[in-house]
Amino acid sequence: MEEFSLMTILAVFEEMFGRGLFWAMVALAVAITLAWVYVLVRDRSLSMRKFLLAQLSMPVGGVAAVWFVLVMTNSSLRDLGGPIDGIVLLGVFAAGAVGFAILVYVVQSLLRGRPADS
Amino acid sequence: MGDIDKLMASRRGFLGLAGAGGAALALGGARQGQAAPVRTNARILILGAGAGGAAIANRLSERLDGAEITVLDGRAQHWYQPGFTLIAAGLRGADYAVSATERWLPRGITFISEYAAELDPEASRVTTTGGQRLDYDYLIVATGLVLDWDAIEGFDLSMVGPETGISAHYASPEMAEKSWHALDRFTDEGGVGLFGRPATEMKCAGAPVKICFLAEDIATTKGNRDRCEFVYNAQAQNLFGVPVIHHRVRQIMDERDITYRYEHVLRAIDPGAKTATYATPNGDVTDRWDFINVVPPQRAPQVIRDSGLAWADRWTDQGWIEVDTQTLRHARYPNVFGIGDINGVPKGKTAASVKFHIPVVEDHLVAEIAGAEGTRLYDGYTSCPLITRVGRAMLVEFDYQDNLTPSFPGLIAPLEELWISWLMKEVALKATYNAMLRGRA
Repeated sequence: MEEFSLMTILAVFEEMFGRGLFWAMVALAVAITLAWVYVLVRDRSLSMRKFLLAQLSMPVGGVAAVWFVLVMTNSSLRDLGGPIDGIVLLGVFAAGAVGFAILVYVVQSLLRGRPADS
Repeated sequence: MGDIDKLMASRRGFLGLAGAGGAALALGGARQGQAAPVRTNARILILGAGAGGAAIANRLSERLDGAEITVLDGRAQHWYQPGFTLIAAGLRGADYAVSATERWLPRGITFISEYAAELDPEASRVTTTGGQRLDYDYLIVATGLVLDWDAIEGFDLSMVGPETGISAHYASPEMAEKSWHALDRFTDEGGVGLFGRPATEMKCAGAPVKICFLAEDIATTKGNRDRCEFVYNAQAQNLFGVPVIHHRVRQIMDERDITYRYEHVLRAIDPGAKTATYATPNGDVTDRWDFINVVPPQRAPQVIRDSGLAWADRWTDQGWIEVDTQTLRHARYPNVFGIGDINGVPKGKTAASVKFHIPVVEDHLVAEIAGAEGTRLYDGYTSCPLITRVGRAMLVEFDYQDNLTPSFPGLIAPLEELWISWLMKEVALKATYNAMLRGRA
């Protein structure tokens, strides 16, 4: 019970968002990741043009993630009180940035279709 | 109040929740060490379906096969008490803390929606308020405590609200919301705000301090700090029972110009004159207020006090049951265990304590039924995300010895005001609490 296990974490996340929403979000994240793998396999290469746009969009995703967390938790940047707070904030930023970059890459690939000239 | 609020899930678990999902995956998943259910036909009676009662019912129904488990509780609503502080600070509505009691109970048990009217531990029998007679082999007392509002002369719960400036957020989710309206008005208009705690043992001893800090922060955010005066009245010669935490709280109160007084115990209020009378070593002191947060003395329910389970020579005006401080088994009736606020142990009437009581009681009870002896011991661990303002808290954790027992040493400093500690309270705590109720955390 007191032990730290995956089951405990899953139980807590299910309670946090509700079982349906939590697994829907997991499914969405998995679907986007699979779509990314799909377009990589389909195109047989990482398109540097799409990757550049994805990279440029990273700050947008990072800032959006930080903003979302602050709003949802009645917090502001002035509440950061120690190193761990900065690390958590960077973690949120990084997660938002990477997630959004993958999403942008996938959306470009799916919308523009397979590159004709590569 | 469970502002334990406190139940940092597992002591090692929360950072994982905060972000290290990968680490969790690396642990490889499944819950370890869960033995096959123990076959028994024991009759187990659980008094109370609050945090302790619901959680142990779930654990026992998983660990035991064939046991006749009965849960007795007359209240249809389950209250997430750690949320009361957030409601009283205007961050949540009353419904945040309300759910249906039955929702948390496992299938295959008997739930009786009545209270215990009589408890006879000699005969191992409980009579309900509806007159049912329940014989048990094992009894788990998880009734919680009662708030003795009548002990505050001149006070009545109907007075709570913005018109009077009276706040009583311990009473219920609905009262916590009314208390917010009182606080909202006070921090708009200014004046003198009185805070404090009773002289009895109490649930979440940090909660009166939290609401004082939050009130000061809310007034500051509104730009009205210079019109408000804050006075915190401690019942003892300290602001918190654990010395190192006392000093930290005192330091923060000094920094934020909150007045504190020792050995001031609220005994009467006059809502008409807007005065409060405190018992002090030098006699009564009466002060005027524009806002007052009332936290009353707290005691065991009468049926427990009348049962013979209480300590005979300790807390005689309060009636907490005489359990071993480490095994939580009753000192005189070995088939009786206690979980949560009702336990007569030196510390911790919090949901965090409940979380750490449960595996101990589960272990000793299941082991005995299996013909063995339990080994787990409770060290007095409790914790409190001590909110210091909206957006920051200190994650204080301690044990019977007044030792600090940080779950994340080197990462989350217990006496530092941190955003991550606030996130735990604001985001992760209720989820962890709910998982605990279901016997899953």
